[in-house]
Amino acid sequence: MATLLTVVACKPPPDDRTSLSADAAERGRAVIERVSCGSCHVMPGIDWPQGRAGPSLEGFDDVGLIAGALPNTPGNLAAFVRDAPAAKPGSTMPAMPITAAEAQDVAAYLYGMNDE
Amino acid sequence: MNKGAASGIMEALWGWPPPVLDPAGPYASSITTLAWALFAMGVLVTGIVIAALYVAIKGPERWREKLGGEKAVWIGGIAFPAVVLTGLLIWGLALTASLTEPITGREARVRVTGELWWFRVEYLDPAGRVIVRDANELHLPLDRPVVLELRSADVVHSLWIPHLSGKMDMVPGRINQLRVEASRTGRFGGVCAEYCGGPHALMGFVTQVHEAADYDRWLAAHAARQAESVSPGMVPGAPADVPRDPAAPQRYDPAQGWRLFRDTGCAACHRIAGTEANGLAGPDLTHVGSRLSLGAGILPNHRGTMIGWIADSQSIKPGNRMPSYDRLSAEELGHIAAFLEAQK
Repeated sequence: MATLLTVVACKPPPDDRTSLSADAAERGRAVIERVSCGSCHVMPGIDWPQGRAGPSLEGFDDVGLIAGALPNTPGNLAAFVRDAPAAKPGSTMPAMPITAAEAQDVAAYLYGMNDE
Repeated sequence: MNKGAASGIMEALWGWPPPVLDPAGPYASSITTLAWALFAMGVLVTGIVIAALYVAIKGPERWREKLGGEKAVWIGGIAFPAVVLTGLLIWGLALTASLTEPITGREARVRVTGELWWFRVEYLDPAGRVIVRDANELHLPLDRPVVLELRSADVVHSLWIPHLSGKMDMVPGRINQLRVEASRTGRFGGVCAEYCGGPHALMGFVTQVHEAADYDRWLAAHAARQAESVSPGMVPGAPADVPRDPAAPQRYDPAQGWRLFRDTGCAACHRIAGTEANGLAGPDLTHVGSRLSLGAGILPNHRGTMIGWIADSQSIKPGNRMPSYDRLSAEELGHIAAFLEAQK
């Protein structure tokens, strides 16, 4: 019982990456294909397009700051993906035609990319 | 599988039921019926052959003798195929006769020209004059036959809208006429179905079928816009570049985008009706802001893809004839995209 309690107590806060489910990542992938994020970004798991106008998102889970400005948390990432100029004034990336829930799914995909 | 909803190519080739088995008009539906009938006949004949094979190997002696007899060869080998194939041929020709009915000349006409690697689309009035120039997108009225005048500007292409008709080649120096008709509204993807080099696999388009009255309004509004002349000091298109959040500052300016469009050389290949931008080598951009796709039916149309396409179309569609404008700054790309979005 004590062990169990310890485990529960150690449960990471909800904003942590490990709480992002595989389902969300799969939904995020569908959003990425629909909106065609690949027009500007190379992303593991997305065969086409592989645009290079924006930075490659390979190994995104290890990136320190989103767009060199925001701490790399799921909340920040979802906000940035949906409306980059609002999340980071001056951002080159435009706002995307996606909902807040879809943005969270996209963030789940970006963290879940297993490209090590 | 939700494969790129705004990709004409994906819409033409993916989905359930498969587009080629999901006719949305009379011409496609006779082809689909014929395909199913031939398939059913094939299944029947295969069944008979398998049954005969089983009898020949494991069947009782008396049956095997009959199967090996001269009579069986006459019936099964000559009479049966002759009757069935003749019947199918006559039925099939009658069923698909509407596909080759002569054009009456009263149908609406749209000229579609295959280019490397996109489709030029021109709507004609009854006198054969071009009234609307567009690209990579075909608008059709519901339940009204439309004749597509298929041409090619360079090599052999082929136009295929699986939901609406069979394929027809676009041959240099020829005009092939394809009649299409849609019996339900919606979006139907199309592709180039004849290898035409380089990024052939990324040459698609989108068909939109409207209620007849909506189509008439659409055509009239677009024809009016095409006939407009924009005075030199004005910025073509609506000035509206409405940000998602009205409180957010307006960052990109269509007016500045228009100046960049003119001065960067875009106008050498792209036309915007009523302005000095009158290049004809590339797709007409008079209505680009209202198109569903970019890059010839391959990308959804929004600011992100617009910027990505202009900045680096070569990594998206390698070999296409538009250079990557990687010398434009992010700021400049944003202005140009805002301007193009306003071209409805």
